[in-house]
Amino acid sequence: MHTSPSQTAGPYWHLIDQPEWADLLRDQQGHAPLTLTGRITDGDGMPCGDAMVEMWQAGPDGAYGNGFHGFGRCATDADGVFRFTTTRPGPVPGPGNSLQAPHVTLSIFARGLMHHVTTRAYFEAEPLNDADPILALVPQTRRHTMLARQTAPGVWTLDIRLQGAGETVFLDI
Amino acid sequence: MTECPRPQGWAPMDSPGYGSTARRHATHAPIAIPHTLTETSAPRFLPGAYPASADMSVHGGHASMGERIIVGGRVLDEDGRPVRGAMLEIWQANAAGRYHHIRDQHDAPLDPHFAGTARVFADDDGSWQITTIRPGAYPWGNHPKAWRPMHIHFGLMGHGFAQRLVTQMYFPGDPLLPLDPVFNAIPDAAARELLVAKFDLDHAVENWALGYRFDIVLRGRGATPMEDGHAH
Ligand SMILES: [Fe+2]
Repeated sequence: MHTSPSQTAGPYWHLIDQPEWADLLRDQQGHAPLTLTGRITDGDGMPCGDAMVEMWQAGPDGAYGNGFHGFGRCATDADGVFRFTTTRPGPVPGPGNSLQAPHVTLSIFARGLMHHVTTRAYFEAEPLNDADPILALVPQTRRHTMLARQTAPGVWTLDIRLQGAGETVFLDI
Repeated sequence: MTECPRPQGWAPMDSPGYGSTARRHATHAPIAIPHTLTETSAPRFLPGAYPASADMSVHGGHASMGERIIVGGRVLDEDGRPVRGAMLEIWQANAAGRYHHIRDQHDAPLDPHFAGTARVFADDDGSWQITTIRPGAYPWGNHPKAWRPMHIHFGLMGHGFAQRLVTQMYFPGDPLLPLDPVFNAIPDAAARELLVAKFDLDHAVENWALGYRFDIVLRGRGATPMEDGHAH
């Protein structure tokens, strides 16, 4: 059976936007807040100001949907910047007996994207990164495009380049 | 085309007929990864916390302008099983071909009684239904006299994050369909056909609205388990 093909989300997807979904702590208590932000640019280095960014992560216990909703959606602003308020996920079981380093899955939908592109944000200097089974599949020279850097207390930044120099690694999932 | 579009039959990210893909498509092929818990799990959206609204044809207590239609169908996975509880987020232009969106400056009237959004959930059989207004075609500047065919945007949340799908539904017999670079970027005719709703009197209601059927097929729940060391 064929799967229904994707078509671009186009420039008017904001009709379904729920801005509060960018704050994953909106109905949660007791989690240390963490800001995950970044700028999305195209092959000319121009900001992608009409993108929809979705994120999915485990809770601090490394489980999905176990009390922590884990899903967020955010519109990029005119500078191409997205910003989520969340908390740091725990390590997640991987294939076999492996353990995945804490990570946040990011999907980008936009005008000009025939289907969404997906990557992961890992946390720079996390010791578990070295043994992460997914990062291990990514050529060493491009791994940095999946490492968010701490740019201020509690603020982690991962810029996304859709095309060209420093192009973000996208995952075929 | 260097990449294998994901999944097979989908439009390549670099689709020259659609100008906006030129500077937004990745030049590296995506890296295949095994499906882990991250990809096979998905957020749960329950109607209690995310209320359904299935009728776009009335807004602010007034009927919208245009031809009222009923659109419904099933959400299935590629094994033909219903995707129970899938959330469908739906948005579209009004009957005149204009979105209720600040950036849409098409010289066509807004309808104060049409917002153009709906949210519904697939039932145990995978079935869902909305009432709406037939959307108008609109110009989009991609090439001379470029008008998008009539379409309705759909976003689906299934049972796994890898099932996530955003797509568009088209109408049968639309003369703009053979001219549309977005629709025709899908290389496979049978795959394109999946996005064209079927005129369906079974969804029609006597003296009220005509009906269309639009079934949506998502990837399997654990589409590509990493058993042999490589995903597809
Ligand atoms: Fe549209």
